[in-house]
Amino acid sequence: MSLRNRDGGEGGAGKITRRGLILTAAQLGFMGLLAARLRYLQVTEAEEFRLLAEENRINIRLLPPARGLIFDRDGRPIAENQQNYRIVVVRENAGDVAAILDRLSRLIPLGPEDHAAALKELKRRSAFVPVTVAEHLTWEQVASVSANAPALPGVSAEVGLSRHYPRDRDFAHIVGYVGRVTENDLNREDDQDPLLQIPKFQIGKTGVELKAERLLRGFAGTRRIEVNALGRVMREIDRKEGKSGTDLHLTVDSALQNYLMARMDGQSASAVVMDVKEGDLLAIGSTPSFDPNKFVTGISVADYKALNDDPFIPLSSKSVLGTYPPGSTFKMMVALAALEDGVIAPDETVTCRGYHELGNQRFHCWKRGGHGRVNLKDSLKQSCDVYYYEVAQRVGIEKISAMAARFGLGERHDLPLNGIASGLLPTKEWKERVIGEPWRIGDSLNAGIGQGFVLASPLQLATMAARIASGRAVVPKLLRAVDGVQTIVAEAAPLGIASSSLAAVREGMFAVSNETGGTAYSTRIAEKSMRLAGKTGTSQVRRITESERRQGIVRNEDLPWERRDHALFVCYAPVDNPRYAVSVVIEHGGGGSAFAAPVARDIMLEALYAGPPPPEAYPASQRTRISNERKKLNLRSEGA
Amino acid sequence: MSYLVHNLKTVPTGFRKVLYLNWALILLILAVVGIGLMMLYSVAGGHFDPWASAQAKRFAVGFVVMLGVAFVPIYFWRNIAGLAYVVSLLLLVAVELVGSVNMGAQRWINLGFIQLQPSELMKVTLVMALAAYYDWLDTGRLSRPAWVAVPLLLIAVPMALVLKQPDLGTALLLGLGGTAVMFLAGVSWIYFAVAIVSGGGLVTAVFLSRGTGWQLLKDYQYRRIDTFLDPSSDPLGAGYHITQSKIALGSGGWGGRGFMQGTQSRLNFLPEKQTDFIFTTLAEEMGFIGGISLLSLYGLIILFCFASAIANKDRFGSLLTFGLATTFFLFFAVNMSMVMGLAPVVGVPLPLVSYGGTAMLVLLMAFGLIQSAHIHRPR
Repeated sequence: MSLRNRDGGEGGAGKITRRGLILTAAQLGFMGLLAARLRYLQVTEAEEFRLLAEENRINIRLLPPARGLIFDRDGRPIAENQQNYRIVVVRENAGDVAAILDRLSRLIPLGPEDHAAALKELKRRSAFVPVTVAEHLTWEQVASVSANAPALPGVSAEVGLSRHYPRDRDFAHIVGYVGRVTENDLNREDDQDPLLQIPKFQIGKTGVELKAERLLRGFAGTRRIEVNALGRVMREIDRKEGKSGTDLHLTVDSALQNYLMARMDGQSASAVVMDVKEGDLLAIGSTPSFDPNKFVTGISVADYKALNDDPFIPLSSKSVLGTYPPGSTFKMMVALAALEDGVIAPDETVTCRGYHELGNQRFHCWKRGGHGRVNLKDSLKQSCDVYYYEVAQRVGIEKISAMAARFGLGERHDLPLNGIASGLLPTKEWKERVIGEPWRIGDSLNAGIGQGFVLASPLQLATMAARIASGRAVVPKLLRAVDGVQTIVAEAAPLGIASSSLAAVREGMFAVSNETGGTAYSTRIAEKSMRLAGKTGTSQVRRITESERRQGIVRNEDLPWERRDHALFVCYAPVDNPRYAVSVVIEHGGGGSAFAAPVARDIMLEALYAGPPPPEAYPASQRTRISNERKKLNLRSEGA
Repeated sequence: MSYLVHNLKTVPTGFRKVLYLNWALILLILAVVGIGLMMLYSVAGGHFDPWASAQAKRFAVGFVVMLGVAFVPIYFWRNIAGLAYVVSLLLLVAVELVGSVNMGAQRWINLGFIQLQPSELMKVTLVMALAAYYDWLDTGRLSRPAWVAVPLLLIAVPMALVLKQPDLGTALLLGLGGTAVMFLAGVSWIYFAVAIVSGGGLVTAVFLSRGTGWQLLKDYQYRRIDTFLDPSSDPLGAGYHITQSKIALGSGGWGGRGFMQGTQSRLNFLPEKQTDFIFTTLAEEMGFIGGISLLSLYGLIILFCFASAIANKDRFGSLLTFGLATTFFLFFAVNMSMVMGLAPVVGVPLPLVSYGGTAMLVLLMAFGLIQSAHIHRPR
């Protein structure tokens, strides 16, 4: 190194100092910028970033609440939650997943399809996510898996809750059933509960399960867990238990319901038992029925097809959804309308010659020879049609329909059930609007005997009978208590109908079942304190019935069942102090007196005695036959 | 009197050199490394393995190397500066030929016992070579175009090699570090003005060339720029680093979550938490106070280097100190800008803190050189 360089260095050093100052100052300035940035991120924006960090880190998992239980009026369970054992596999612990599944299939029912589906799901999910490979297992199956745990790494048993209906088919139409959440359910705007997002969560699909869904479902609990960037659960931070669904007590009596279902077994029929004062529905059933449990676990295609193809329509709740021409059971409405309107007096007679002439048209009575001179009581007792043609013609359709409306016909009663039919009470305005034709007097005559346009459901008929019995506007009721608190209903208001009119109709109904010559005399109750008052009905199958509509059949002489009349019966008992009203409709059953009345009487007695009635309740000649018939019924044995 | 004679009279010799070390600088380095080891311990979930213990060993080796370098007279380093530069350049070329591909970038030579990263070495040897060049160059010729071209070439060749790897961060550090030495040496302002203007032009060209046949940067580099400009555009993809880094930083707040309590880094939301993004862990766990403390320590290191350089009448020593301090500054300035979302994500570690062998070793060598200049400065 030369000295020249050193000398030059002196001058250079000065420059270095100056430029070094500049550079260092610039560096410190930039550090100031960094400090300001740090302060901005960590102090000014700290709150927001901390929130983002929590979102990153904390996952909220929902804890499904236990679904509310459903009981009958005596606290017997109708819908309960059963432990559902399932087998889950964690891929990362299992190693060779296919081999593990093979070994599992020797212990639990695991078909090739399930096997493939489970394998696919396991491959799709992250290695640490437990995948359910089988569920609804028995305790024995779970135990056998647990016993073989050493040979089944990554396999564990879990227990969840699943809906179970211990009463099987009895309440399938009323309580309904639950099922998986569908795409449709998720898209419903009125129900955006995050619980629906839980895989395999069950929600109500029909009946009370559907209508009381919000009560039964309860509220989700939450579990906050810390997850890492891959979603693996590191630890549970805290847990907030949810609120179980609300328990419901229905008004139904499951023993009576069981009897009712068994009594109508084999027929396409429906029946309703109602408390005449409170409106409590003690039993409300429709046969044939189905096992709702099949729908909970997922019904097989074959089973579903069988239910759907059955001409008796097991899936339909005929007691509330089915509407039928009420036939002669409607005559009380016509009579009351006429009595209240003053166009006829109870003692006034009409002569029945077997037909009623209107212009050149003849309206026939069911009795070809005619009933002769009949008053109101006789007209009900013998179900004379001509009397009602005459009366209907006098009082007119508007007043008949208005009277029937006061008895709950044509009204969609508010029950927690889906598909409640409103039936039909025709008016002149209605016919012009819907059918486009003017009302004819003949239409009134048909309506006078409950044919033509008039339609009523078994629920409405039972309500009508209850209102006749009590003289009050009792409203059918299905919910007895919510969460143990009884639903209080104020005493029903009086109908505002002259008691003399009601008495006249009741007298006629009494005669039907208790006087010789009454259409239901043979199905009377012998026990004096329990006697019933009723009315038979036989409605011609003029309209397409519920079952026909579903089948889309053409009338076929080879299928006589389809052509037969519907058999109806409405009644209340005991006549002196009415407690229950019963309606029975047997589709294509034939005559009401021969087919519906015996069923109604049996159900009524079962209700009145709160169990099997003593033989003395029946007329002496029928006791042996009835007790034999009862033995054949497929009744559930009530434990405890 | 020759330079050597002059120095022999005044420069400490033997063990006396220990007394003349810049002890403040050593204490600052120890403090920074201590913070780094703490954070490595923390990100490993409270374990010395796998990072903290390895890093401590490297530091121990590096510290000895630093002292060794420090005790060698500064003129020796000046004399071998050219050689060191050539060797580094050859190693960079070798990386092209035998380097192992790692993390999408070709940066290492596996020498068996150490993964050598020649680009890191080049950061020091380039500054050495430039300082030696300007020490040798007559000040009168400083700004002559021919004499400016030489250092520009010295900078451009390694930069080009590093860019080819590709390692944008290191290329940036080499370019800025080299330019800083030229600036300090007193090259005319005009050149820098021209450089800034043409640099602006280059940036424009880079953006304009995108998608054309003569595209200047790799696609991934463009994507990094894109996500830097708008991290939210791709929060789970390329923008993930920046977004997560800011979340971790910001959630620290004033005082932080507490040592070992950082959730974001522990739960692996942060990428490369032990290397380039370690500052976020510090900021999350120690908060603003912790972050500003580290920044202050770095600032003090810069200031002590500045003081040492100012006091050094030896042109080589002064330039070297300034240049290396600037390189050191560039390390943490680029890294912090990156994790705080002020700069694109380029692979630059946080000096003395990030986990990594070569960087630690090279940085301590650089401080050894600064110490050597400090000890052997003319008095």
